[in-house]
Amino acid sequence: MQTLWFWLTSIMIVAYATMDGFDFGAGILHPFVAKTDRERREVLAAIGPFWDGNEVWLIAGGGTMFVAFPKVLAAGFSGLYLAMFLVLWTLLLRGIAIEFRSHVKLDLWRSFWDAVFFLASTALPIFLGAALGNVIRGVPVDAQGQFNLPLFTGFAPTNPVGILDWFTVLVGLFVFVTLVAHGALFLSYKTDGTVRRRCRKVALPLWSTAAGLSVLATIATARVNPRIYTNLATAPLAWLGLALFLAGMAAVFVAQPKGRDGIALLGSSAFIVGILVATAATVFPVMLRSTLDPAWSLTAFNASVSHYALVSAAKWWFLGFPLAVGYFIVVFRLHRGRVSAPDDGEGY
Amino acid sequence: MTDALFWHRLQFGFTAAFHYIFPQLTMGLALLIVIWKTLAVRRNDEVLMRVARFWIRIFGVTFAVGVVTGIPMEFQFGTNWARFSEQTGEVIGQTLGMEGMFAFFLESSFLSILLWGEKRFGQKVHLAAAWALFVGSWASGYFIIVTNAFMQHPVGHQVGPNGQIQLQSLVEYLLNPWALVEYAHNMLGAVVTGSFVVTSVGAYYLLRGQFVAEARLFVKTGVIVGLLASLGVAFPTGDLQGKLVAHHQPVSLAAMEGRWHSGTYAELNFIGQPDVQNQKLDNALRAPALLSFIANGSFSSNVRGLNEYPSDQWPTSIELLFYSFHIMVGLGTIFIGIMALAALSLYKKRLFEWRAYLWLLMLAFPFPFIANTAGWMTAELGRQPWLVYGLSRTNQGYSHLVHPGQTVFTLLGFAGLYLVLGLLYVFLVLREVEHGPAAAQAEVSPNPLAMGNP
Repeated sequence: MQTLWFWLTSIMIVAYATMDGFDFGAGILHPFVAKTDRERREVLAAIGPFWDGNEVWLIAGGGTMFVAFPKVLAAGFSGLYLAMFLVLWTLLLRGIAIEFRSHVKLDLWRSFWDAVFFLASTALPIFLGAALGNVIRGVPVDAQGQFNLPLFTGFAPTNPVGILDWFTVLVGLFVFVTLVAHGALFLSYKTDGTVRRRCRKVALPLWSTAAGLSVLATIATARVNPRIYTNLATAPLAWLGLALFLAGMAAVFVAQPKGRDGIALLGSSAFIVGILVATAATVFPVMLRSTLDPAWSLTAFNASVSHYALVSAAKWWFLGFPLAVGYFIVVFRLHRGRVSAPDDGEGY
Repeated sequence: MTDALFWHRLQFGFTAAFHYIFPQLTMGLALLIVIWKTLAVRRNDEVLMRVARFWIRIFGVTFAVGVVTGIPMEFQFGTNWARFSEQTGEVIGQTLGMEGMFAFFLESSFLSILLWGEKRFGQKVHLAAAWALFVGSWASGYFIIVTNAFMQHPVGHQVGPNGQIQLQSLVEYLLNPWALVEYAHNMLGAVVTGSFVVTSVGAYYLLRGQFVAEARLFVKTGVIVGLLASLGVAFPTGDLQGKLVAHHQPVSLAAMEGRWHSGTYAELNFIGQPDVQNQKLDNALRAPALLSFIANGSFSSNVRGLNEYPSDQWPTSIELLFYSFHIMVGLGTIFIGIMALAALSLYKKRLFEWRAYLWLLMLAFPFPFIANTAGWMTAELGRQPWLVYGLSRTNQGYSHLVHPGQTVFTLLGFAGLYLVLGLLYVFLVLREVEHGPAAAQAEVSPNPLAMGNP
């Protein structure tokens, strides 16, 4: 049961990264690929129907972790206290920028929210990537299963660690570039005309950089947490993840130049899903690795709730999850096809 | 360490109170919007369509702020209340998780269709989106109320070997009798807010002689729904809620009423200033025996005072609790009066010309927000010094490794961010009100590019 919940939590996080990932990418790219108000509204129209739902994967993922592994949630959230609030505030600004922009037809108003949208979208992948970096590197979880980290100390991934060090920032950078490329592929798929042309032009160079950084991040991970690679041998799911990751990477390189935007987007999604699944499979069952003593690490087994609570939660989870997927299918079908800028007052 | 606790509580209280300004309006409006939209589609009525469109725009802005201020609430369980989350996660995590799965996905998926999809997807899909948002936001309310009800009156649980609070029955937890009453009381409170806001905007247009057809509909719907909801908040739901508090949290009731000494024929205080040091209530206006009747259904019954309980079980802010409770009850009573008179005047077909009363209705809209906030403060201050009543103390629940240097930093961050957010919100809503319902028409655009776009 704990193993199941480890994977249910992972599914939510993976879904979040993949889905909200293209929103971040679109937000980062939009000042560059969309110059006029009309083009910018085209970008917003492309992500508009989805971004809010995409963000819910994070909230529902938090809920999933809360019910199954409250110890991990409590330790991780309070331990990364300042970073969590930076994420919350930037999420808040991102949401407000998208929702408020369309309400006033003034250049200054719209430029302001475009800048907020860009800055928030830029910061979030770096923060979230750094959070992933912390999970891989480990944090100083004590015997009571808790810790508290400052934002940074000496930028070295050795004790005393901070939330940001060269390793976590590198992961943040990797996530950032990957999501920009992912966003470029999404916008190539959803838009038409000038925006699409500009996205197509930058997509491949971005993708090559992401692929390059993935090699760098892999090497760095081997230095920071070598256990991940010794676990590879006994984790068949990690091999599946790696296969997805490589297939996704290749699919983008093949499909993108041919203008097969849908395949390319699937490819970058597989790349993200693959690398996260491989990571989850190799750290399993550890959810928060202790840098002080491996015995203090919080795992799916020592941090889970009672069997009854897990079984009860599974009942509603397996009812709710297909419903959520169903809504997404309905919304994606309703908004299928490429968008062009809606008239003012009829869209974002 | 009391210092650290103080900042954690202040931050949670502030972010929760600010957040709840918005959901109470969206939950109230969601009901009114489905009523208008359903009638509009059935009768194919253009005025009703415009009314629905106008309030959907206000709903959109309000909902956006509600969402972004709601996310921090969810996260603060982990960041600021780590030990509480650890101890009760397997119980309250159930409903917080369900809220994401069953409410948030539904709401977020259909929000954009409700806001922008009327023309593109047609009336049927648009009506369905309105219902989705109504069901989603009201379901969300239920999950939060169940979570809160567990903290007020824990059921369906057992205490584990290490003091952790474990789930024993999910069904019992979800159907907590306290939750059912609290939910009805709270949702009717939200409907009161929605009705007063709608009535206020209608009164404003009528006073200015603008958008008269729509404005009359605002006022008519607002007054009828507002009267029913105001009555429902007081009776039966407020009454039942009071009796639950009297039975399960008698020490809170004593503090809410500023009552130190036990006795029969307990008087009900309308107003006064509790002097905790000297254990008395200054300048009290009171009605004899009424509290006994409200609490126990009999004028001669005994209502216990604070002195019967050890002081470490007393709520920690008796003064604030006393005022919160009395502001809630006082305003709630006034709402019934305002709406009853408005309804009478509406029935006699005089309301739309009665300018003085339209002024009153226009200016009354802030008070339901105050009453709802005061109500929540009554519930949460009355729960003190417990996080989970009788099981887990507040001073045991916060994240003890997070030091005040971090909490004050984030509290100031929220204060600044929410100030800006609040100003922007008011600015945008006032703009929408200035544009009025006519501007909210879905124009028929000759531009083919515009067709088929969200």
